[in-house]
Amino acid sequence: MKQTQIHNEQPPRRYGMAIDVDKCTGCGSCMVACFSENNVPFKQDETDKLLSITWMRVYQLTNGKTFPHTEVAYLPRPCQHCAGQHEGHSPCVSVCPATATDYSADTGIVSQIYTRCFGCRYCMGACPYHARYFNWWDPVWPDGMEKYLSPNVSPRMRGVVEKCSFCFHRYQMARDKAYTEGGRKVQEAEYQTACAQACPAGAIVFGDLNDPSHAVNQIVKPDAHNHYKSGNPRAFRLLERLGTNTKVYYLSSREWVRRSGDNYRADEQPGMPGAAAQHG
Amino acid sequence: MKLSRRCFLSFSIGGAVGTALSPLPWKLTDDLSIWSQNWPWTPVPPDGESTYVDSTCMLCPGHCGIRVRKIDQRAVKIEGQENTVLNPGGGVCLLGLSGLQLLYSPTRVKGPLRKIKDDKGLPKWESISWSLAIEEVAKQLMDLRAQGRSHTVASLVGQEDGTVPQLLKRLIKAYGSPHFYHMPSVEDTQGAVLSLSQGIDGFVGLDVENADYILSFGSALLDGFGSPLRMMRAINRLKEQKGTLVQIEPRLSNTAAKADLWLAAKPGTEADLALGMAHVLINQRRFNEDFIYNHTEGFELFAVMVRNSYTPEAVAVTTGIDAATITQTALAFAAAKRPLAIFGHGKGQAPGSMREAAAVNALNALVGNINRPGGLHAMPAYDYIDWPAPFLDGIAYAGFNAKRVDGSGTPSVHRFFEAVDAAPEKLQLLMIAEANPSYSLTGCGKIKQAIKKIPFVVSFSSFMDETAMQADLILPNHLYLERWEDIPMRAGAVRQTVGLCRPVVAPQQNTQHLGDTVIQIAKALKGTVAQSFPWDNYYACLKQTMGNQWQDMNAKGAWEKEPAVVSPEPGFKTESGKLVMMNEPLKKILGAIVPAPEGDEKKFPLQLVAYDSIRLSSGYIGNPPFMNKVLPDTVLKGNEGFVELNPETAGKLGLAEGQSAILTTPHGQVKVRVHLNHGIMPGLLAMARGLGHTAYDGYLSGKGVNTNELIGPVEDPASGLDAAWGIQAILAKA
Repeated sequence: MKQTQIHNEQPPRRYGMAIDVDKCTGCGSCMVACFSENNVPFKQDETDKLLSITWMRVYQLTNGKTFPHTEVAYLPRPCQHCAGQHEGHSPCVSVCPATATDYSADTGIVSQIYTRCFGCRYCMGACPYHARYFNWWDPVWPDGMEKYLSPNVSPRMRGVVEKCSFCFHRYQMARDKAYTEGGRKVQEAEYQTACAQACPAGAIVFGDLNDPSHAVNQIVKPDAHNHYKSGNPRAFRLLERLGTNTKVYYLSSREWVRRSGDNYRADEQPGMPGAAAQHG
Repeated sequence: MKLSRRCFLSFSIGGAVGTALSPLPWKLTDDLSIWSQNWPWTPVPPDGESTYVDSTCMLCPGHCGIRVRKIDQRAVKIEGQENTVLNPGGGVCLLGLSGLQLLYSPTRVKGPLRKIKDDKGLPKWESISWSLAIEEVAKQLMDLRAQGRSHTVASLVGQEDGTVPQLLKRLIKAYGSPHFYHMPSVEDTQGAVLSLSQGIDGFVGLDVENADYILSFGSALLDGFGSPLRMMRAINRLKEQKGTLVQIEPRLSNTAAKADLWLAAKPGTEADLALGMAHVLINQRRFNEDFIYNHTEGFELFAVMVRNSYTPEAVAVTTGIDAATITQTALAFAAAKRPLAIFGHGKGQAPGSMREAAAVNALNALVGNINRPGGLHAMPAYDYIDWPAPFLDGIAYAGFNAKRVDGSGTPSVHRFFEAVDAAPEKLQLLMIAEANPSYSLTGCGKIKQAIKKIPFVVSFSSFMDETAMQADLILPNHLYLERWEDIPMRAGAVRQTVGLCRPVVAPQQNTQHLGDTVIQIAKALKGTVAQSFPWDNYYACLKQTMGNQWQDMNAKGAWEKEPAVVSPEPGFKTESGKLVMMNEPLKKILGAIVPAPEGDEKKFPLQLVAYDSIRLSSGYIGNPPFMNKVLPDTVLKGNEGFVELNPETAGKLGLAEGQSAILTTPHGQVKVRVHLNHGIMPGLLAMARGLGHTAYDGYLSGKGVNTNELIGPVEDPASGLDAAWGIQAILAKA
């Protein structure tokens, strides 16, 4: 009983990410790491980006100035794993009629169960981040390439929606291992997403936002009493004023980059909570 | 029975309502969705025991340490090693991650192939056994040798370091030919300058980890230059420690985007910019006096040259960068504790201009940061392969000492193919390993044409690439994930390290290790050639070559040579023991007239340059499907490639974003689409290198444009190597 009580005193895990836009070189290794970890299919023509399934997508931002004052930055976008104004009020979870996508109160991860999904795509309409993708076709691997498919992630089929899971299967493996080793806590290094692990620039930091020993918590300094708003002046979240309360934080010292995280008015400061933050 | 209208309607409506209220439609919808999700062709990857195998990536010169996850006998994921000699910072790039798509690719060569003619006289591939394939090569070689034409045989490899290329080099020598070539790269030029200025035969090491001011002359440090992961980590470290990165190039590359200062010098004027900075340092006496006066020779001559010809004002006109910026940058460079200037455009896949290399070298010398922490290091060549000299009989001796067809001092691949094209009888047989010259050399159209004229071409490629398509015989090598090999690190390494590539999975096709193939060919040739190859097989050769290091190397995955004892003397190997700032050869190089981009400026008013992107593999390895998938739709859309230009230039040409256009250079004409980019110098066109394959399958073939078909080689007056930096071009509405 004592153990349970201690467990209950601790806040639940809240996995999240801090992506340093100033460090990101736009190489795209995170995207490919994600493809190969999660059995993401590919087609001969992937140039229609509306039909290209990329759980992680790197966007190019530009300051819009002319030569030679032009600047560009890269913004990797996984699923933002929104918590919403009340824990679990993610835009997609709220609209799914099949409970194919759900919010885990234990980890803060928004799940996607392919076999429950019947392809209505409400979640895609609800997602403000275009983080969800629909399988318009059955995936086809060229002859022989199905050999590299990982058994830890089911290949999807035509007619279902898929998205970034924060490599949930890696969490399951780490959790099971921790459980068999006396029910200890999952260590920071034990559970890392494929993109964070691969990033050659070290721009992606992943961990538990509620655990002060994790790097991501130290970088983001989230305020649990104010919708996990970051205490880091370099940090911003995407479309923060929607009140989606996302778990992916971006960092930049450049104001034009921070401004590009939302549709700010000219006189508005980036990162300032708009009306939506007060009432979701 | 008679059915009234009323009865019929009540029956139908009642039935419809009844069905709708029953669970039947819901059950059917549910069943339908389950049924439609359980097609037998949706693969269910079999589960099994999970293990990891450590190896070394061989897809680029960076050679990172990788960890491959396996499920039973299948490799399912490539990850970066963490905190190892070969990968100190962890992580892995997108090409390394895509390795399994190459391993399991359907375009791999399934086994030895011989080109024959079918009934209609059209060429087709015939599968043959390994013994027959070896016999066939040996027969061709023996016939030529018997005719006293052993010198008409040549071999081309990707690079020369390590036991496998060296075995092939040994075969060529013992057989009796002077024709052994490697694919050109920036290391050729760096090495030539190193030899001229320091008298050291080796390669350039760049201590980027300890530099605090990096002046990059167009090196794609964040886009795949040298050892891509190492460079990325070093630049991030530099930025964290508030160091400075200055990027000199006409297009806002990912490196320029991360730089503290981006200097868009006109392409081809980089050497002038370097010499202009040298002028500032000398004029304001901000050079390292201790180093210059005690450890260099020819400084006065050098100073006179830059004083006379390279005032910042004059250089400002040439380069398009104002004099104040040149002066400030030069002074900041000199004021830094550990400044480092880096030569080599893009990824460094082309040798580049000797003049620019010498000018950048002079900048490093002026600040005295040579063979010191954070500076440029002269790395001696690898010497762990200490095989006895091959046995040469009379034919071999005569053949080996015959004049090379390219006729230049240093073997030049471009000149070689030009000579072959002009006089095809001079070359009878060409063996190509780990290289795809018909695709990846500038002016590849002409290269293709020359290869076509060679009577017998042997390819060792594991892929059906452009060059393999032209071969008469393919003896496919194992892929790096299937073989043993030693990998000496270069690409700017500051400590001699030999990585070990080891088999992760059993060979997936009927391929054979190139080392074994070479040994078998040598043995089949008998006589002194066979005697020169005393090893039973490649594995035995590798083990014996590594000697005492083998066990250590096998256990750790790499062997690091002890660093040389740091001495206060820089250790130059020139006659005077000093670094040469200027002598006759260097004077000639620095004073040379820059070869202008090919083409008449009146007919072709714009300049086209090829740029390197880390999302495109442009060398021997074709871009894997995952990497094509992450290409922006402003680089490739459908099968159409894009050319980038400044909106100002586009406005003049009347072109809008995404519009189709015809791009013409002296080498060819292609249809492209237009992408407007503010981050590119007006008047310039830029195209990504690495697209436009004609070989491989539908995942790669026919997509975009191969810049090497539009841009031809420009011969450097000093080295004779390719110094092309763009070409004149014209762009018009389609």
